[in-house]
Amino acid sequence: MIYLDNAATTRPKPPGVAQAVVQAMESYGNSGRGVHDDALAAARAIFGVRQRLAHRFGCSRADHVAFTPNATAALNIALSGLLGPEDHVISTDWEHNSVLRPLYRLEEAGMGVDFLPADSQGRLEYDRLESLLRPNTKVMVCTHASNLTGDQIDLTRISAFAKAHGLILILDASQTAGAYSIDMTGMGVDILCFTGHKSMLGPQGTGGLCVREGIFLRPFLVGGTGVQSFSKSQPEEWPTCLEAGTLNGHGIAGLSAALDYLDEAGCGTLERERQLARRFYDQVKDLPGVQIYGDFSTQERAPIVTLNIGDWDSSQISDELAERFDIATRPGAHCAPRLHRALGTTGQGAVRFSWGWANTQEETDRAAEAVRALALEE
Amino acid sequence: MVTFATTTSALAMEQACKAQGLPGRLIPAPRRITAGCGMCWSAPVESRERLEELIVRLQLDVDGIYRILL
Repeated sequence: MIYLDNAATTRPKPPGVAQAVVQAMESYGNSGRGVHDDALAAARAIFGVRQRLAHRFGCSRADHVAFTPNATAALNIALSGLLGPEDHVISTDWEHNSVLRPLYRLEEAGMGVDFLPADSQGRLEYDRLESLLRPNTKVMVCTHASNLTGDQIDLTRISAFAKAHGLILILDASQTAGAYSIDMTGMGVDILCFTGHKSMLGPQGTGGLCVREGIFLRPFLVGGTGVQSFSKSQPEEWPTCLEAGTLNGHGIAGLSAALDYLDEAGCGTLERERQLARRFYDQVKDLPGVQIYGDFSTQERAPIVTLNIGDWDSSQISDELAERFDIATRPGAHCAPRLHRALGTTGQGAVRFSWGWANTQEETDRAAEAVRALALEE
Repeated sequence: MVTFATTTSALAMEQACKAQGLPGRLIPAPRRITAGCGMCWSAPVESRERLEELIVRLQLDVDGIYRILL
């Protein structure tokens, strides 16, 4: 199988990740539940990853890194912890349902929400940002890169806008964390939400959020913490305020091994993935009937190429790619309904090709050749 | 005994003490100190001054420092 669905989850994981998970499963106790050697082994490992993530993402305090099962949970914690019916939030048409659905639920409860629109090419209309402001606007939440097109947001502009108007900036880094250099403090990001299983190359079931010191979040989940057991309420101290229930110590051990790989690889992996995506793009962009979505005028984009062929159902194309060419892609709506509407692909969906650290030039060329074959059949 | 509000703070203490070569270890917090649960840093009384200096210097989050007579 030529795996080009890395934007959904990276596969395979780097050497050492699976072994770290197995080793943790065979040796860890429950972090923070008891003080015997096995519990401490888990607690120390998790603490170590907290520190590494704080360092990696430019979060000033390791105890302001809270673990969650995924980016969706992190975004729910951030949005529901900050916002209420009296507030207004600005987001964008690029967002994944992990942002949209929490916002829509808050909207049902009375909160105001406006979206920076994308045009029919998927480009965000940044000039309209100011017009979306209201006196009660509290938060700006956006993705770092679209999971549908791979287009990168103009974070400098968004961050400056948020700062100029005193908004809390939440960044969904699902498609970028791990691959991109992210300094949340330097970039003006107040809350960074990430998942561990995409470009961080770790196990599914890992993720979290990094929160700037001074921001208060109402706990989303409350429950067991291993501390302050006789208190009726969730402890207020970080990161326990956001971490009810047993942490995924086994997965976090795998994430630690993935960080070892990322530390060694540096930014080289992303550049290589971008080159492969560009190579694919160059080979398919002029094929008859092929429509590619997103802005390829810049190299600064996530390694994603999303396309359609004629008026074929994207699901059919993806199935042909899988069954005849042994190529894994992702068709359909990609949990990004607003951007599909903007692109006019609500009915057809689109086929997403996304590169990861293990993909090769040969795989890329075979994928382009498969698209060529399908385009000529269309 | 140094007590903490969170496991994370306790681990930060352990890491700092190990780095500085200060004696001690994490133990289950004695119930005469806290009715909650969790861990505390247990260290010889003689190291108290150096511990307190470390806590201030590294801005470690601690709940309390207790002298326990065993």
